[in-house]
Amino acid sequence: MNKIKSLEDLKRIREEALNKRQIKAASGQKEIVVGMGTVGIAAGAREILKAILDYIEEENLEGIVVRQAGNIGLDSWEPVVQVTIGEEPKVTYGKVTTAMVSKIMKNHVVGGEVVKEYALEL
Amino acid sequence: MRELALHLLDIAENSISAGAKNIAIRVEEDTETDCLRMSVQDDGRGMDPEMVARVTDPFTTTRTTRKVGLGIPLLKAAAEACNGWLEIQSTPGKGTHVQVEFQRSHIDRMPLGNLADTYLSLALGAPHVHWLLSYQVNGNEFVFDDKPIKEELDGISLTEPAVISFLRDYIGVGISNIQLEEN
Repeated sequence: MNKIKSLEDLKRIREEALNKRQIKAASGQKEIVVGMGTVGIAAGAREILKAILDYIEEENLEGIVVRQAGNIGLDSWEPVVQVTIGEEPKVTYGKVTTAMVSKIMKNHVVGGEVVKEYALEL
Repeated sequence: MRELALHLLDIAENSISAGAKNIAIRVEEDTETDCLRMSVQDDGRGMDPEMVARVTDPFTTTRTTRKVGLGIPLLKAAAEACNGWLEIQSTPGKGTHVQVEFQRSHIDRMPLGNLADTYLSLALGAPHVHWLLSYQVNGNEFVFDDKPIKEELDGISLTEPAVISFLRDYIGVGISNIQLEEN
């Protein structure tokens, strides 16, 4: 039987997160939205969301909001990922693969540079 | 869709779009009754009988007030191909309950797939919803209720690395503990 973590672990996680909490004003709110409509799911959006969460976990990136959305209206470009950093305009990436996720995370979400070859002109 | 867990994700998305604040998902496998059952219950805006008829019918007419997709008709067809059924109960203003059942051993029954990833995607991707996610195999049950977890975290985002790690393990281990081999 595998050991299941308890709510005690959460207490510790919360304390650590509060201690590490930095002022967000300087860097700007980072938000990633993954399209999860029927077409998106069929195209592999769940795996893309998972890859994004895995990256955040592995690189220990704090302060990133990841959400899913319904059908964004770009069916032929699914899976679609939208990245918004602070006050900058939203960038939409289309036909995202798990291989593209690390580049988008590293260059854009962390590095602040849009990955132009993956971005859609809308 | 090659996994039932992806169909489940699709149905749950409908509940989110319907503005649900509470969504309960149940997956039950019973080798004795040879049954695989899934249900999604929400307290979203619901549908009137006309709308319910439209969402399950792939051959809609031109008069539709809302966009209707293929998610539900495809799941219904998949269930019926496995001696199963899909049923939707809904009350406007109260919520919707989608239930689907398959003959578990039917040769055409697609695999359940990665239920843990589906549950994790929902809990993390739509944290404003109260999720009650359960999986039962031959009487052994795993239940994930995110309420006590959110209360414990008290405002810490679910997509913080340590929380993702905790939830991935909690849900992943909970499900693999009761899952049957052939899935």
